[in-house]
Amino acid sequence: MSKKTTPAVAHRGYNVENPRKSRLLTLVMGLMLIYTYLPLLWLFISSTKTQGDLFSTFGLWFGHDFALWDNIRETLTYNDGQFVRWFLNTLMYVILGAGGSVLLSVLAGYGLAKFDFPGKNAVFAIVIGAVAVPGTALAVPTFLMFAKLGLTNTPWSVIIPSLISPFGLYLMWQFTRDAVPTELLEAARIDGASEFRTFRQVALPLLGPGIVTVALFAIVATWNNYFLPLIMLKDASWYPLTIGLNAWNAQAATAGGQAIFNLVITASLLTIIPLIAAFLSLQRFWQAGLASGGVKE
Amino acid sequence: MGPFMSVFAFVFLAPIGYSIYLSLFQNRLVGGNQFVGLSNYTQLLADPQFWEAFGRVALFLVVQVPIMLTLSLLAALAIDSLKLYGTAFFRISIFMPYAVPAVVAALMWGFMYGNRFGLVGSLSDFLGVTIPDPLGANVILVSIGNIVTWEFVGYNMLIFYSSLKTIPHSLYEAAAIDGAGEWRIITAIKIPALRGALGIATIFSIIGSFQLFNEPSILQNLAPNAITTYYTPNYYAYNLSFAGQQYNYSATVAIVMGLITMAVAYLVQLRGNREN
Repeated sequence: MSKKTTPAVAHRGYNVENPRKSRLLTLVMGLMLIYTYLPLLWLFISSTKTQGDLFSTFGLWFGHDFALWDNIRETLTYNDGQFVRWFLNTLMYVILGAGGSVLLSVLAGYGLAKFDFPGKNAVFAIVIGAVAVPGTALAVPTFLMFAKLGLTNTPWSVIIPSLISPFGLYLMWQFTRDAVPTELLEAARIDGASEFRTFRQVALPLLGPGIVTVALFAIVATWNNYFLPLIMLKDASWYPLTIGLNAWNAQAATAGGQAIFNLVITASLLTIIPLIAAFLSLQRFWQAGLASGGVKE
Repeated sequence: MGPFMSVFAFVFLAPIGYSIYLSLFQNRLVGGNQFVGLSNYTQLLADPQFWEAFGRVALFLVVQVPIMLTLSLLAALAIDSLKLYGTAFFRISIFMPYAVPAVVAALMWGFMYGNRFGLVGSLSDFLGVTIPDPLGANVILVSIGNIVTWEFVGYNMLIFYSSLKTIPHSLYEAAAIDGAGEWRIITAIKIPALRGALGIATIFSIIGSFQLFNEPSILQNLAPNAITTYYTPNYYAYNLSFAGQQYNYSATVAIVMGLITMAVAYLVQLRGNREN
């Protein structure tokens, strides 16, 4: 018998803080887990196979040879290290595109949340309205406009459109409103701090989880971007990973093209690992950011 | 604010303006670029390929989005109930596919669907039945629906879950003291509190469905006969521009889809507000 007294609430109905674990519910949710992991498991197993084994052995079990290291080596060196080049391109698009987008979202979100200026409501309405504008309506005209400006087929054509994230702005605005008390800013101003110093020393530290959240979503959007680079870039040396992967895959279908499914699969695995690692290592921050600022009514 | 708005004007407002401008012109063999008023729009309204594509994404929207959002909602409630063994593991696992690029997701599922790599074939042999080819013309929309669901269940689950986390726990305690059971707490407190998040998730899903492009465009290599050049409106606009050089007509398709998307999103939002 436990000596600890349990609160009366627990006996009557629903114990909120520490309910009994349910095996049945865990089992049902386990099915969802299988669904989630099945393709990832397939990807991992397949990347350990030679091209011959890919076609001849069962998809969810290992082949005759464990070829993972050979596949990785071949992926990294195929076509003079094309994959490495694409990887570095992607990294550049993420750093400049996603990085810039976070900077702009933070500044604009802070500005919207903490300052009054004429036309503020109009600005807000237009930006939020822009969330609903489908990329379709933008992509083709953006391409034509960039073509006129001579920006297509340069990295700028991918970086510049990545700089704007209406969703990032929205998250940052919500987060600033909740996490940064206006009184604190006023206290700093009374103490004689400049606007910039107030922002940097008072507001910025409080915005940490919000910034991590916005940054992760911006990184995913840029890392996974497909449509925009697809239409903007012709020259394979500027491709990001997504376009490169599809080009490798399409190679098998072209006349005289070499089928390199083992490389497509291994490259896919190498493409998703950095993002998954980022999400896992930062999960404490971005989940807190999402819960405290993001999607309240 | 300034820097955001100037870049915003450059990458959002200017292309929209340019797109409208383009849609009012036609490139004719004789006479070159000519102002034609709304003639591109009347042509579009009578274009069977556009309407077939539109019907396809509308069907996709009506079937796939409710399935996906229901799964997300159930997952969020299960995880929020704290009754799972390994709650944190479930939460991060189900979200994980969101980090996988659409290209990789479509390639993985595409290979698994395909007869060359044998997963669906193996399953057919194992069950002793013939499963319809997932890459066949009749089934491929379902196959695409499965890929999109796989990618976004976790993302929507997280939106719902973060919203559930903002409910003060004192509410549950009060309800429990009043004798409310778990089911009653879900229907009377949790679901109503999710209204805002549901609205956001629905609108994002509508936009996503109408924009459907990545998955069909990547599967096109694996299923060249099932996916036409006008499979979705977005794919149609893309092919018009880049294979057909019909920039003016392509801009018209883009604008009409943009208008329809905004109208539908707006109607859904209105309905959501009225229910509140």
